[in-house]
Formats: sequence, C-alpha cells, structure tokens
Amino acid sequence: MLDYETLKLIWWLLVGVLLVGFAVMDGHDMGMGALLPFVAKTDSERRVLINSVAPHWDGNQVWFITAGGAIFAAWPLVYATAFSGLYFALMAVLWAMFFRPVGFDYRSKVADPRWRAAWDWGLFAGSAVPALLFGVAFGNVLQGVPFHYADDMRSIYTGTFWALLNPFALLSGVLSLAMIVFHGANYLIVRTEGVIQQRAARASMIFGALMALVFAVCGVMVMNMQGYVQISGPEAGVMQSPLEKAVEMRAGAWLYNFDKLPLLWLFPALGIIGALAGMAFAAKLKGMLAFVASSVAMLGVIFTAGVAMFPFVLPSSSDPSHSLTVWDCVSSAGTLGIMFWVALIMTPIVIAYTGWAYRIMRGKITVAHIEANDHSLY
Amino acid sequence: MIDPGAVDLARLQFAVTALYHFIFVPLTLGLSFLLVIMETVYVMTDKPIYRDMTKFWGKLFGINFALGVTTGLTMEFQFGTNWAYYSHYVGDIFGAPLAIEGLLAFFLESTMVGLFFFGWDRLSKVGHLTITYLVAIGSNLSAVLILIANGWMQNPVGAEFNPVTMRMEMTSFWDLVFNPAAQAKFVHTVSSGYVTASVFVLGISSWYLLKGRDLEFARRSFRIAAAFGLASALSVVVLGDESGYAVTEHQKTKLAAIEGMWTTEEAPAGLTVFGIPDEANRTNHAEVKIPYMLGLIATRSSDTVLPGIDQLEVTLRQRIESGAIAVGALERMRLNKDDAEAAELFAAHKDDMGYGLLLKKYAEDVTLATPEMITQAVDDAIPPVAPLFWSFRIMVALGLAFIVLFAIAFWASAKNSFEQKRWLLRWALWFIPMPWIATQVGWIVAEVGRQPWTVHGVLPTHLSVSSVSANEVLLSLAGFFAFYTLLLVAELYLMFKYARLGPSSLGTGAYHFETGGGLTKGTVSAPISRKEF
Repeated sequence: MLDYETLKLIWWLLVGVLLVGFAVMDGHDMGMGALLPFVAKTDSERRVLINSVAPHWDGNQVWFITAGGAIFAAWPLVYATAFSGLYFALMAVLWAMFFRPVGFDYRSKVADPRWRAAWDWGLFAGSAVPALLFGVAFGNVLQGVPFHYADDMRSIYTGTFWALLNPFALLSGVLSLAMIVFHGANYLIVRTEGVIQQRAARASMIFGALMALVFAVCGVMVMNMQGYVQISGPEAGVMQSPLEKAVEMRAGAWLYNFDKLPLLWLFPALGIIGALAGMAFAAKLKGMLAFVASSVAMLGVIFTAGVAMFPFVLPSSSDPSHSLTVWDCVSSAGTLGIMFWVALIMTPIVIAYTGWAYRIMRGKITVAHIEANDHSLY
Repeated sequence: MIDPGAVDLARLQFAVTALYHFIFVPLTLGLSFLLVIMETVYVMTDKPIYRDMTKFWGKLFGINFALGVTTGLTMEFQFGTNWAYYSHYVGDIFGAPLAIEGLLAFFLESTMVGLFFFGWDRLSKVGHLTITYLVAIGSNLSAVLILIANGWMQNPVGAEFNPVTMRMEMTSFWDLVFNPAAQAKFVHTVSSGYVTASVFVLGISSWYLLKGRDLEFARRSFRIAAAFGLASALSVVVLGDESGYAVTEHQKTKLAAIEGMWTTEEAPAGLTVFGIPDEANRTNHAEVKIPYMLGLIATRSSDTVLPGIDQLEVTLRQRIESGAIAVGALERMRLNKDDAEAAELFAAHKDDMGYGLLLKKYAEDVTLATPEMITQAVDDAIPPVAPLFWSFRIMVALGLAFIVLFAIAFWASAKNSFEQKRWLLRWALWFIPMPWIATQVGWIVAEVGRQPWTVHGVLPTHLSVSSVSANEVLLSLAGFFAFYTLLLVAELYLMFKYARLGPSSLGTGAYHFETGGGLTKGTVSAPISRKEF
C-alpha cells in the first residue's frame, strides 16, 4: 500500500488533473457560451454553435462536479472553508450555472425570438460569469484569504465579498475568462466552417493574445507578492491538524519552489508557448492543433499557480499559521487510498468513453444541417 | 460563532432546495427505464411507433432532466456553503460516495444522455439501445451512491472520531457501502421513481385516449406504464416495509414519532392507522389501532418490545449525561495531550459523545449543563411527532392507492378494455401529481425523522452549520426562491406544451396535428409546418 505522504501528494496532483480536465472539457463549451452572442448573429448560426456542444456539455460539466466532489472527499477542510468563506462568490457561480442546462435544452423548444434571445444571454452569463469568477477565486487564494479556526476546527471567515474584488484577483479573473474563451474559439474552429469559423479564428487570436499578456502581468505581480512559508510543523507523512504549524508571510515567497527546482519554469513556459502556438494554428484554421495548444496553455497556467503555492492550497492572510497545506487539509489515509484506486480505475474509462462519444458525433455542424433537423436538434 | 438564526434558515434552505431537486429526480430515474423498455421493444419488433415513443417520452425526459442537473449542482455546493462544520466533521466519510458518484455514475449518465438525444442517426439500433441502457444504469447508479451517503447520515457505520483532526474518519469503506440503511433506502427510493414515471406516462397517455388522439401511440404507452407501474408500486410498498424494518434498528426515535407512540406498549405493539397527535398532552385523539400489527412489521417477532417515547427519553438522558463527560474529557485532552485520566474517560464515553454535543445548544461547557438543560436536550432528541405522523400516513395511503390504480390499469390492459373505462383514464390523468406528493412527504419522513441530528447520534444539526450570518443565508435563500421559481415556470410551460403536442412534436408527419387531426399513424398527408414543434 502507498504511504500517507505519497497519497497526500497524489491527491494534490489529482485535484490539479481534475481542474485541468474541467478547464479543457467544460472550458470549451463555456468558451462557446461566452462567444455565443458575438460569433453567431442569426438564429441558425447560434444553433450551429449550441449544437456543436449539444451532445457533450452535460458530460463536460461532470468534470466540475467531480472536481468539487473530489475536493470534498480528499480535502474536506478546503471544501468547508473555501465554500463557506467565499459564500456569495460561490452563489454567483452557482446561479449563473443554472442557466446552462436549461439554456441548452429549452432554448430551441420555442420559436419566439424573445424566448431564444433570453436563453442565449442566459447561456452567455452561465458561461462567462463562472469562467471569470474561477479566476477571481484563484487570484484571492494566491494572496491568501482571511480565515482561522476555532478550537473545535470550526472555520471562521472574517473577510467581505467586496474585498475579493481586488486588482490582482480581477486580473486573474480576466486571465481565466480569456483562456476559456480562447479555448472555446479553438473548439469552434474544429466544429464549424465558413463565416462562423472565420469569426472564431479572429476571437481565438484576440483572446489568445490577451491570455498571454495577462498571464505575464500576473506573473510579474506574483513575484513581488507576499507568499507563505512554513517555518515549523509536523512531518509530511503524519496525521495532523492545521493548527500545529508555524507559517510566515514573505514577499516573493511564491518563487521559492521555482528557485529550488528550475524545471518548474516549464509550466509558465507552457502557458505562454501554448497561447502563442494556439493563435498561430488558429490563424491557419488548424482547429485541432489550436485546441491542443490551448489545452496545454491552460495546463501550464493552472499548474503554475499550483506549484508556486505548494505545499499550500489555501493560505490564510489573517492567521497564516492556520493556512491549509497539502499535508494538513487532507482526509485520512484510508479514504485517500480508496479514492485513489477509484480514480485510477475510473478516470481512464471516463476519458475513453468521452473520446468515443466525441468520435461518434464528429464533423462540421452547418446551417444546412440545423435546418434539416429542426425538430431533433437544440 | 453559530448564529442561531442561520441554523433555522440553513435548514429551510436545505429542505427547500432538496425537495425541489427531488421534483425532477424520480421522473429521471423511472422514465429512463421506461425508455429502455420502449426502445427494447423497438429493436425487437422493428416497429417505428416504438422508436417514436422512445423519442417523444425522451423529449419530456430531457425537459425534466435539465432541471434535475441544474438543481443537483445546488446540492453539491450547499454542504460547503451552509454546512461547513458538517463538511469538515464528516467529509472524510461523506465526501467519498459523492466523489465516486461523479466518477462512476454521473459521468456515464451525462455522457450517454447526449448520445441518446443526438446519436439516433449515428449509431446502429443496438448501439443506440445500449446508450439508453447506460443512461438508465448511470442515473440509478447515481442514486445508489447518493443514498449510501444519505444512509450513512441515518445510520453512521464504519467510522470513528479522531481527536487529532477533530472529525469522524472512515474505518471501513465496505461497512459504508453495505450499510443496511442505504440498501433499504435505495430500493425504496428508486422504486418510487419508477412509480412516478409510470403514473406520468399512464396519465398523459390516458389524456390522449380521452381526447381520441394518437390512439395507437397512447395505447402502447399505457400498457407499458401499467405493467411497469404495477411491479414498481408493489416494490415500493414491500420494500418500504423493508426500510421500516431498518428504521427500527437504527432510529427508534424516528419510529416512535412516526407512530405517535407516547408510551411503551407490551409486545407486539399495535399499529395506529389513524389518530390526531397532541404534542402538548403527549397523547393521540380519535385513535384507530390494529392490534399487534406494528410489532410484527417492525421487529419481525411477537415478543420484542418497541420502546415508546417515554422509555426512549430515559435512555436519551443517560446517553446525554455520558456524552457530556466525553465532550469534557476531549476538551481536557486538547489542552493537555498527556492527560491520561482524560483519555481514559474519553475512551469510556466516546460512543455517546454526539449526545453530549446536543447540550452545546444550551451550554458552552457541557460539563456544567444543569438538569433543566439536559431535560431540554432530551426533549430535542425526539423528532416532532405531528409532521412525521401525518407525512407518513399520506405517503402510505398514496402508496396503496398506486397499487390499486396500477392493478386495475394492468388488468384492463390485459383485457384490452381500458379505452372504454373512461373513469379509469380520468383517474390516471388526475393522479399525475400524486407521486410527487408521496415522494416529497417521503423525504420529510426520512429527514425530519432524523432530527435533531445531521448524522444520527454523531453530530447535531445546530452544530453543523457554517459560521455565516442569518442575513447571508436569508439572501441566498431569496436568490434560490427567485431563480427556482423562474426555472419552474419555464419547465412547466414546456412540459405542458410538449405533452399537449404529443408525438406530433417529433416532426415525423404521422401524428395528430400533422395529419389534420388524423388518428392513425401512416396516414399520408402533408405535414403542417409548425416551426416550433
């Protein structure tokens, strides 16, 4: 059996993989939704966009649900503390996401243009708002959020909703929105043709450039930011509570891991290179390659944040010693072990049948196809 | 840091959002299997009408499914937002089935449902049928895992408190999975979903028959719903009894409240069929009882005594007093890790610790709780009698009514006489809302019956909430009311619209509105162009 320390590390990696999976899979249909009112003008064009993800959005959304479930199971303290602390940010994400399932399924079931326009904006909000707020949340986590624990491990959050909307966090929000729109545009290049494809390619180049630029600016800001350093505490492999360690805040501490292990610069490099390559492929209408490039770029961005903070996963700005690390926010070894085996077996199976579903439904969606299948399509 | 106003509002928010979610879940569970049956017949007989049936009922399935997915998201967020201490305290156990649900069931259901709707032209007949099977299996598997999680809250097996991390931790995954409470709940809950979907299909088909429309389509749908419904309705009640049996093992307080058993009777106890519970005077008025019945059902024996509320209170008082010692000892251990005396005390009383925590509502230091406080905690530990008593009786009465309805419908469809029995068709039509009432009160029995606990005997509800203010919970509750009302209006509008259109909504050109009111399929006439079908 795996020892506790290894399991803790594996779960840090698995949460990262689930987040990247969410960005790659749900990201492209969210990117489509955010582009919907702009890339598609007529009703048939909008139906082309919507039907390009129609058979898949629901499965894709499960990446989000599973990432949430996995954090609950593997990092219960992170789930409890972050969700109750970032209360209204989470509510906004949730309420915006309400409009996705119903938007997809209900929009084309009534012909009234006002009905359809309303759901189009619902799909837009359901895609763009979560994409933006995930970045805002990440931006706050990098800076630390104000919380501490009472003796019985009850988490107490002392910040306000408005404090979450600080400049760095908002810029992170722009970054995550840009990368998801970029990714969605690349997906549309694969699945559409003609004028829609042209517009998608233009969107891809604009948002790819924005992503690379904002990522670089965020990187510079992180270099000077107050990071967190663990000074003392129990051994990594020991069963522990987050109240047993000492943590200090130091400017520039988020670069320590990169200094220690220069290979980690690979992640920010992938973020930039992926963005630039994706733009280049989009310009040539090479959709699949652009899609792969934006996937790699998102992996680079997400893991850049992850490795910068390691071993921290939720630093506390008001009481740094109560920060959560990968060693002390976790479930018991037994739970992590069982969940690891389930994930190890099931994730490849899920990826395999998802890939098969995309293969079955592959090909360009055209206006003619929409008009010929008016009753059965979204 | 607990805002008492937040506790009540968080409970209300959970009740409202969970019950709302469960408007959509049972229909998904049941309709997915009805689709499987219809499509299987299609593949076996190659008659296109069965494909049309699969597609049409599938359309209604989709309208319902969208809101099921939407409202399910709320449930996943809510444990973290409103019930953070619960999430910390039992996440080690409770989180696992939720995460596994995602990986094992929800991915399958959600990926396949896309191919169900859009893969008709891209898959072989058998290929598409396989997809429909996988949707049904996925959604029902999802119910297994959610009910394993819920079953653990009713009967927390395979877990132990860890003083280092201050939470419950899993000791046996298999105990969690094979929890008898979860097994009984699963069968009872999915069967109730099958009944819901059967009544839905039976009722709408009856309406077409009453209107004299799409008769071939409606007859076939009616027959399938009648047969599937009869089997399911029997299973709900028989296996509801199974879950009644499980209740007595784990939650004697729930059973006593359901039955309004204020005092302990000699074994075997009588079953109260009707009565008006009077909580103030601790008695039931106008009681109608069947002697011996309850004792036999609940204990499967004639000589096991079922404790009434009076006797349960005696036990509860002992456990609360013992639990207070455990809580006090734990606090000493936290101050001084090497306090051997405290550790010994804790070990002796830790099984009652949850009961000690009930006192936290009245005393910060539970070891200083007065006898009056303990009496209040004992009182809290019995769930409210009247709501349980009534909810349970409504559920059972409806359960029996479904059996009668389906038995008659099944018999009439075997005799091929249901079209003439217009009273039966009308009954089926007007009965459409009833399974929803039954399933909603069913959850009220299950969840109100667990009070005052989130995890029975382990964690009291009032300690489980997040450190959020009542105003925050109120504001989010207002948001849910607004969004959920909007979504429900849209859902019902579409459901009625498409149920009225019937199979004409498929655009095949063969049904009622497309054939100018023609009755049989295959009538060749120009389809009326109605863009919005």
